[in-house]
Amino acid sequence: MRFLVIDDSRAIRSLIIRMLKELGHQHAEAGNGREALDIIANNGPFDAALVDWNMPVMTGIQFVEAARAKPELAGMQIMMITTETEVERIQQALALGATEYLMKPFTREAFADKLAMMGLDKAA
Amino acid sequence: MADIKPDDYEWIRQFLYTQCANDLGQGKEYLISSRLGAVAREAGLADISALVTSLKARPLGGPLHQKVMEAMTTNETSFFRDGHPFAALEKQIIPRFLSSNSGRPLRIWCAASSTGQEPYTIAMVLRTNFPDVANRARILCTDVNATVLKRTTEGVYSQLEVNRGLPAQMLVRYFERAGANWRAKAELRSMMDPRVMNLAVPWIGIQPQDIVFLRNVLIYFDAKTKREIVTRIRNTLAPGGVLFIGGSESILGMDEGLSREQFGMSTVYRRAA
Repeated sequence: MRFLVIDDSRAIRSLIIRMLKELGHQHAEAGNGREALDIIANNGPFDAALVDWNMPVMTGIQFVEAARAKPELAGMQIMMITTETEVERIQQALALGATEYLMKPFTREAFADKLAMMGLDKAA
Repeated sequence: MADIKPDDYEWIRQFLYTQCANDLGQGKEYLISSRLGAVAREAGLADISALVTSLKARPLGGPLHQKVMEAMTTNETSFFRDGHPFAALEKQIIPRFLSSNSGRPLRIWCAASSTGQEPYTIAMVLRTNFPDVANRARILCTDVNATVLKRTTEGVYSQLEVNRGLPAQMLVRYFERAGANWRAKAELRSMMDPRVMNLAVPWIGIQPQDIVFLRNVLIYFDAKTKREIVTRIRNTLAPGGVLFIGGSESILGMDEGLSREQFGMSTVYRRAA
């Protein structure tokens, strides 16, 4: 599977990428939503985007809205991975088209469980 | 356990953050002491300080690092653990129960229910797919450990726990915030019937059960006790009732009076109707 990891923290991107590699997946990375949309425009859709909420330039929730406005990205799943943990935030993300939601901090097992839940547990 | 040195605390905090995004924050010395004290002892190390020294000297990702991560984060159970038993419950077991028992209360028993993720998962499956059945269902939750059973009564789970296996849609539908934690809503909690009980000792006063979950429990007992428990469970099953055991467990040779049935990836044992 091909994942796009979107987070403004290089440390968190590295952590997520390491977990993806251990699970046998491929990845690209972006530091904000705008950069992620540019990468998608140049490389085509990914199987899933894993996106933080609070980022400069374009936030995660703005990315979800922008991605869901593009019919060609309808098949790309989106999981928010964020420190935002209020019920209203989760509901907002799901209503705008996020497929799943993982709250930081999270464990390797929780991450793998979420991917399996989304049918994204098959290695590349 | 001696006090945690500031440098050791900071190293553990950084380690957890970079390895599993677990931000311990400040002032959690008690947590490190209670969780990692046993890890240090098991590794033959004098204290937490010696444990940190040992961790620093080894490459990341080794067994000792893994043990530390698990001790600081792991739960013995999770919501929707293994997935397929709950798919079987939704697609086959409950529809079959309904076809032959319209209007009767449904009795489910989670034997060794630990901190309650399994019974709450069952409750969510029922509320979502069979709301009428959920209104007349009781989930008997038993465990030998009164402390963990209290958690089933309270229905309160940490963020790390609700992150494990619980779909976000289910989280926002069936849980509400309780400070830093999440609490199951009353519509789920009202279905729980928690009782302290030791499976290894003959029990009385358990009503006939339609469905029994006895997953990943039998492995902790010797062969004789295991056989006795399976026999007692069989006698507790209502006619036509089914038993779930863990995916890697077997009751071969002790399943007299039970017929084995396969539902997708799930094996269940049914008592004759």
